[in-house]
Amino acid sequence: MARVVIRNLNKMFNEAHAVKDVNLEIHDREFVVLVGPSGCGKTTTLRMVAGLESITSGEILIGETVVNELPPMDRDIAMVFQNYALYPHMSVYDNMAFGLKMRKFARPEIDRRVREAADILGIEDYLARKPRQLSGGQRQRVALGRAIVRHPQVFLFDEPLSNLDAMLRVQMRVEIKKIHDRLGTTAVYVTHDQVEAMTLGDRVVVMKDGIVQQVGDPLELYNAPANRFVAGFIGSPAMNFAKVGVAEEGGTICAVGDGMRLELPPRIAERLRAHVGDEVTLGIRPEDLYLASGDGADGLSFAAVVEVVERLGSQILLDVKVGSGAMVAAVEPTVQAKVREHLRLRLNAERLHFFDGRSEIAI
Amino acid sequence: MIEGAKWRRWVYFYIPLSVFIFWLLFPFYWMLVTSVRPDRELYRPWMAPNYTPFWTAHPTLEHVTDLLTQTLFIRWMLNTLFIASVSTVISLFCGLLAGYALSRLKFPFAGSLGTGIFITYLVPQTLLFIPLADIIRNFRLGDTPWALILTYPTFLIPFCTWLLMGYFKAIPRELEECARIDGATRWKAMVYIVFPIAVPGILSAGIFAFTLSWNEFIYALVFLSSAEEKTVSVGVTSELVRGDVFYWGQLMAGALLGSVPVAFIYSFFVEYYVAGLTGSVKG
Repeated sequence: MARVVIRNLNKMFNEAHAVKDVNLEIHDREFVVLVGPSGCGKTTTLRMVAGLESITSGEILIGETVVNELPPMDRDIAMVFQNYALYPHMSVYDNMAFGLKMRKFARPEIDRRVREAADILGIEDYLARKPRQLSGGQRQRVALGRAIVRHPQVFLFDEPLSNLDAMLRVQMRVEIKKIHDRLGTTAVYVTHDQVEAMTLGDRVVVMKDGIVQQVGDPLELYNAPANRFVAGFIGSPAMNFAKVGVAEEGGTICAVGDGMRLELPPRIAERLRAHVGDEVTLGIRPEDLYLASGDGADGLSFAAVVEVVERLGSQILLDVKVGSGAMVAAVEPTVQAKVREHLRLRLNAERLHFFDGRSEIAI
Repeated sequence: MIEGAKWRRWVYFYIPLSVFIFWLLFPFYWMLVTSVRPDRELYRPWMAPNYTPFWTAHPTLEHVTDLLTQTLFIRWMLNTLFIASVSTVISLFCGLLAGYALSRLKFPFAGSLGTGIFITYLVPQTLLFIPLADIIRNFRLGDTPWALILTYPTFLIPFCTWLLMGYFKAIPRELEECARIDGATRWKAMVYIVFPIAVPGILSAGIFAFTLSWNEFIYALVFLSSAEEKTVSVGVTSELVRGDVFYWGQLMAGALLGSVPVAFIYSFFVEYYVAGLTGSVKG
């Protein structure tokens, strides 16, 4: 077990700056997820921790050791790859034993560890099989087993579930979580799936264009996104955004946009006072929109036209048109709404987000 | 397989295939028939009433026994076997390392080096034997097996390198990365992971290299002069054609026996070899 410290990490591929000044401290036994769209530098960062990619500048520490120049084998890490990377010519048993054999463990110890890992993952029956005789889920278990047997300081996961179908992905996600809880090994997990990131991570690191956008526990990212990108990336369905102008009318701060005019309660308004006269981006999550009863005299509702009704069972997603823009509202499953119906939506003012029009940083 | 009516299958599949197979195997049949045909039948004029070109009424092994006892044929076979095996091993070893390096390691000029190696393969042997003959003479290797063992790799190494390069590229990089995280050095990852997976490719490169050196003619003709140093391809054609006399029976027996080892190797490794050429790595 060990902490991982990343200091001012940079990676250049020829001219392309893939990772820019990443700073991150991953505590001992912590499960940290790096998440972001493809090409955001998350996998490159992970590969630099693994030693598979050279470091252009900066420092990586595993435990107390600077590992910049250490080859992968000496870093005491284990990695699970997206395409499993099982050795096709070896049986499941040999796949799991390979790392231990390379490290010259005694045969009985290898056997004990392989069987223990196989037991944890429920793959005892497949030990003699070759990888090609296994299903996707079983292969992923073997890949996990191969990491577990080594008892490494740090687990690295590179999108391990992206090749699995949706059902299996949920199941394996739970299993990875359980294994981490049981073994307590520090883990760094890369994914582009924000649901995986939210469910697995003790802390989540959101990256974009090689830059860390925000680090925080899942709810922190959800409730207080640092900028518009994080707000839009975390949460499903994604947050609604609308451009609004901030105006002061008779002591009340108003947000005026296309098809809406909101009178903000004083507590929220305080945040916007410095931006009067500016254009800012308003963000509201679909689940913070409700069907309004009444005429909307409270100043927190606006007119909308239903375009699509998506019934998910536990909730209904209404794709609505507000002015010329579009929004999604997640409403109670009991709501009866029809396509082209005109209705009023009310928003929860406590849960409004505002982002600077130019820098996109949260206000 | 061809779908549809039966006649379609005959017209598009069985008949063309039969023609092709006949075309392909006829020379071997001719070789076989000629080698077991007694001399008096061989030299019978074509208008003779009992002329039977496609079979023989009195098969004999006389040409084969003559070939094995009266000529140095066995010696030639052993020479060829030795030369082909050693040059194959050398070329395969170099080809493995070069192919791996060119497909996996990043170093300056890797791309142009790969192209350069390929270009050397394109230089025709009929030109290359002239400078090579000079080199062989300078090293005083003329008329020894080493003349061929050292010159065959000039075309075998580029060949093996290119075939293996393609094969190594098809092996996912992650396998090796995973092995290196698992505690293997690059060398060990290569030996324990990459090479075993590349066995079909390595075998087909080996078989091809062996066949190329087994069948090689021009270098063997130029660099070897004494009868007992010759390889099969040169020995049979130079010692069994004396002046304008062709010993057809023995020639054909020599050709037939000379192709047996290669045919044997092919049939033994056919599955690997097909997998090697179609480049299928199953994960």
